[in-house]
Amino acid sequence: MKTLRPSKRELLQSALALLAVVASPFRARAQNTEGQSEEFQKLLLSLTQGVKLKEGKIQISMPRLADNGHSVPLKLSIDSPMSQEDHVKTLVILSPRNPRPLVAKMNFSPRNTKLNMATRVRLNGSQSLWVLAQMSDLTWYAKSAEVEVTESACLDAS
Amino acid sequence: MQHKSVMTSGLDPWRRLSSLIAQCSLLVGVMSLGADAVAQFNAVGPGWLQPHERRSGLAFKSEDLQNQQNDDAINPGFLWVDQGAKLWSESPSPQAPSCQSCHLSAPISMKGVALKYPLWNAREKRLINLDKRINECRVKKQHAQAFPYESDEMLALSSWITLASRGMKLENSIDPSLVPAFERGKAFYEKRIGQNNLSCAHCHTAHFGQRLGGEIISQGQPHAYPAYRLEWQKMGSLQRRLRACLSGVKAAILPFGSEELLELEVYLNFRGQGLRLESPGVRR
Amino acid sequence: MGARILIPPSPKAGDVIDIRILIQHPMETGFRHELSGSAVPKNVIRQLKLDFNGQLLLDAELGTGTAANPFLQFQTQLFESGWFTLSWVDDLGVEGTERVQCNTRAS
Repeated sequence: MKTLRPSKRELLQSALALLAVVASPFRARAQNTEGQSEEFQKLLLSLTQGVKLKEGKIQISMPRLADNGHSVPLKLSIDSPMSQEDHVKTLVILSPRNPRPLVAKMNFSPRNTKLNMATRVRLNGSQSLWVLAQMSDLTWYAKSAEVEVTESACLDAS
Repeated sequence: MQHKSVMTSGLDPWRRLSSLIAQCSLLVGVMSLGADAVAQFNAVGPGWLQPHERRSGLAFKSEDLQNQQNDDAINPGFLWVDQGAKLWSESPSPQAPSCQSCHLSAPISMKGVALKYPLWNAREKRLINLDKRINECRVKKQHAQAFPYESDEMLALSSWITLASRGMKLENSIDPSLVPAFERGKAFYEKRIGQNNLSCAHCHTAHFGQRLGGEIISQGQPHAYPAYRLEWQKMGSLQRRLRACLSGVKAAILPFGSEELLELEVYLNFRGQGLRLESPGVRR
Repeated sequence: MGARILIPPSPKAGDVIDIRILIQHPMETGFRHELSGSAVPKNVIRQLKLDFNGQLLLDAELGTGTAANPFLQFQTQLFESGWFTLSWVDDLGVEGTERVQCNTRAS
């Protein structure tokens, strides 16, 4: 007969589920670079000169499972008025697990009016893609998104 | 290497029964139309799909991929189409005609042309596909060197010409001259090959819609080619895609332009009849 | 190597428009091997610029992380008619350029 009080097993299961949600990779970990390789941390440092990475402003839209690592669609939008006083100066896209993590670096100006961008990136395996944006006041914002990349089902030697 | 014929192994009993009924009715139907009107042959077998079952490969792909194909502005295949349009209007040398000099505007003159290939060349006793036909024109009429198979120029012209037939249905009849090629293509499709000992029918007829690794298996329809394949990072022909499958089952990879690949094309075009041409397609 | 710059057919002055760029380029990473075993040398578009009537709209440094046949889409606000000019240079020093005219109509 089922009792009203949760069993030890049920309590443990709930605790684990809660832990999984809290530690879920789906949550933005923009300013937290723990877990990334030393090389990647160095790259971030060289780009940002040690300025703290803030959360917010950046929205990334990518498929959770890529069709093919050779070409993964990436949509970005940055919440910025793109005015003379407040605009995105530089956008950097990084793929930590690629042999060359720097995917692209783009400079913008108030002429761009709105920052809604799309491109297609190459991913060398499942990883978090990072997007960094430097604002006109020289602050840095960052956001990452996880993408699963699998090998093609059949060997193609065509 | 020993090849076992696939027969109906791997197909469930209901499929086998419906396949047998379809086989009989198609054979009867074909014979009743008379020998002159339609070639007599038996299309139905383990590789066959009923008309209502036929689906484009796009239906098995992600939304991202579908959007990429359906929007001409972001479809990478159009880079080759544009190149083809340019080549169409250029003369390879000062004295030689351009394609345009004889064929005028491709969207008009080439409408329906891609769907007719492969054809049987009775004089040379071999099949000819669009690529070979383009090269024939290039050598005989334009006095220029043939384009190598899968070269950017070949793919460009082939994509440009095929675009004129986009949206048209694959042909619904087989010319009597193509019947022997069709039957050899069908036998190849149904035959187990390679170290993996699989026939095309095993994946693309018996298991389409199911997963292989992380990917959903399509029906292996030919109507989106030439297509931009993400795996190739460029445009490629149907022959290249067939070669990719051959390497996938670890079979001997047939050379471009080989008769066996063309026979398979003949079979595939008939197997996919009713589907509308989608080239330039975008595939994984 | 071709390229396409796609813009809406007749935008109104003041509209924010989507500009879509597609460039035909293999973006060789240097890590790909031919069937013979030899590596295909690295060759990517390293710099890309788009301007409108001489004013810089996009200044991008790309690399091997950009997919082959690079695609870029971004926005800008148009106030006048003019020419979009795309120019790029790859690792081998090969330069490419493409132009497209844009005619705005009065709002």
